[in-house]
Amino acid sequence: MLNLILAQAMLGLNNGVFYAMLSLGLAVIFGLLNVVNFAHGALYMTGAFLALILYSYLGVWIGIEDLHINFWAALIIVPILIGALGILIERTMLRWLYNFDPIYSLLLTFGITLVLQGLFVNFFSASGTPYPGQPESLRGVVDLGFMIFPKYRLFAIGFSIVICLAVWFIIERTRIGAMLRAGTENPDLVKAFGINVPLMVTLTFGFGTGLAGLAGVLAAPIYSVGPLMGADLIIIIFAVVVIGGMGSIMGAVVSGFALGLVEGLTKVFYAPAANTVIFFLMVVVLLVRPAGLFGRQS
Amino acid sequence: MKSVLYGSVCAAALALGANAAMAQSVSDDVVKIGVLGDMSGVYSTGFSGDGAVAAVKMAVEDFGGTVLGKPIEVISADHQNKADVASATARQWIDEDKVDMITDLTNSAVALAVQQLASEKKTITISTGAATTALTGEACTKYGIHYGYDTHALPVGTATAIVKEGGDSWYFITADYAFGHALQDNTSEVVEKLGGTVVGSSDVPLASTDFSSYLLQAQSSGAKVIALANAGQDTVNSIKQANEFGIVAGGQQLAGMLVLISDVKSLGTSVAKGLNFTSAWYWNHDDESRAWKEKYMKYSGDAAPTFPHAADYSLTLAYLKAVEAAGTDDSDAVREELGKMKIDDFFAKGGSIRKDGLLVHDMYLLRVKDGNEDPWDVAEVVRSIPGEEAYFSLADGGCAMAQE
Repeated sequence: MLNLILAQAMLGLNNGVFYAMLSLGLAVIFGLLNVVNFAHGALYMTGAFLALILYSYLGVWIGIEDLHINFWAALIIVPILIGALGILIERTMLRWLYNFDPIYSLLLTFGITLVLQGLFVNFFSASGTPYPGQPESLRGVVDLGFMIFPKYRLFAIGFSIVICLAVWFIIERTRIGAMLRAGTENPDLVKAFGINVPLMVTLTFGFGTGLAGLAGVLAAPIYSVGPLMGADLIIIIFAVVVIGGMGSIMGAVVSGFALGLVEGLTKVFYAPAANTVIFFLMVVVLLVRPAGLFGRQS
Repeated sequence: MKSVLYGSVCAAALALGANAAMAQSVSDDVVKIGVLGDMSGVYSTGFSGDGAVAAVKMAVEDFGGTVLGKPIEVISADHQNKADVASATARQWIDEDKVDMITDLTNSAVALAVQQLASEKKTITISTGAATTALTGEACTKYGIHYGYDTHALPVGTATAIVKEGGDSWYFITADYAFGHALQDNTSEVVEKLGGTVVGSSDVPLASTDFSSYLLQAQSSGAKVIALANAGQDTVNSIKQANEFGIVAGGQQLAGMLVLISDVKSLGTSVAKGLNFTSAWYWNHDDESRAWKEKYMKYSGDAAPTFPHAADYSLTLAYLKAVEAAGTDDSDAVREELGKMKIDDFFAKGGSIRKDGLLVHDMYLLRVKDGNEDPWDVAEVVRSIPGEEAYFSLADGGCAMAQE
């Protein structure tokens, strides 16, 4: 029984990786821009597809059959591309809506989600395609004593913890982070200090979406790459952000991993409840602490 | 005199009437076959997809391209594994496009919906990819035919063989819809009849990507056999992840309840080696089948035929022969001919379509073997299972219409 609990906890932590990384990006964007980015899941999905395309299709498309851009390169290239896509979305569409009610930007990003999903369903299939580019060094398994665990999943857990801590550090402990936080608190005052606030907002959006792209690459070798992989996740991610506290970086990370764990453990005790336990907790948190566990209560 | 004149007028009128009927024997001057399948999802390789369309088109060409002097047309569409999408397409095909017969219908939920709808509109459906016994059981219809296999025929071979080898406690990982539940129920029945026990099960939504937590539950249940009551990509992912998490290495045995040779090929025979599975047909079984496979691969872009593909070919020929024999594409007449025919070709040995719509024919127990020259030669035939043993009898099937 103990082994089963530990094993499901490991798997829960493994899912928590993606909850944490995605809710982190969402929290950065909401915290600094006050935009509810519904397209976050679709950008995560696009990131996974880009990794697949770089490995399997790009070479064929440009006529160099042997070209396979590997996982490590994708881990760097894809977040940059998705970040650029995010910047494009912010510059051409989102920025016109800042003066309106946040519901408008939510609707816009929801529309972008549908467009991206439709495009990938059209050009790829509705079902998943396995990502074949898992690096050789991360294949195989590790015996953890209580279970056999694939090396790659262990790597994903470690890698994402490092990324989450780094992002928290940048925003909460560095000068750039301080400027960002000040810019959202009082944009006019920060402008008066000669800081280009619109540029800062654009880059922040690009950074947040880049994180979604990074999570997508990380997910590709574990789950099949499919157009609906983001849609399956985005509702859970929103619940994680609400529980953590809208806009709280630490809240997003901690509740991401914690809810992954809770979900995993629920599978041990009462499996059918595993899909709903997160939403149940969300309701409880909203009733008791409406601003979320880590949010500033006003 | 007057009566003679009257009589001849009547005769002439009758003759004219008969001519008119002959001219109408093929409605709209074309026989249209619709392939309604999963063209892009988890069942698009092996069950539906291009492979199914290729088999139907090949059969039409082999038949000569025309029947009763009228052209035969094949159309296809993707139902996306959604019963509502499938019903809308079927309705449009029957009402607007005048499709005469709908086939493939992979996914039991889809097949049940379309068979019901088509029967109300007096259109023949011949399901190949779908598995649930309900199609010819409680949901049987006058025009619905189930051709190839069902959830009763599959476990008879596989489960019997495994229980007899000592695998007497089972845990199910089940696709959470009509098909998975039917397969689990039918398999449990076989296991329990032979003295085995079922210790637990997990219901998994269709097209899940992560089976690891369900596999761990199966592992901790201590069952000797982990049965996969799913199909297509779901089966492939379950087997792959069972290997990733060291479940087979830990001494538990996997049993695929519905495995196709395309699944085995995509897993690799080294991963799937020793896996028992039941199939309605295997290309390397006899010379006739080998020859057919060679020809089929020219149509399919070098993918070997799975049993649903072979069934698609076989049923298309049977349907066209029935149209020819009936002298019309009228559904009632064609269905009657199909019931009278013996279906004895490379696919179905000694087969016949019963009153409840079920094609009863022999099935095969296969075992995955490793290290063959032909990448598609993935298995050996362990045993052939007579049709009467594999399928429900007419009385046990539960089709009220057929009991009358």
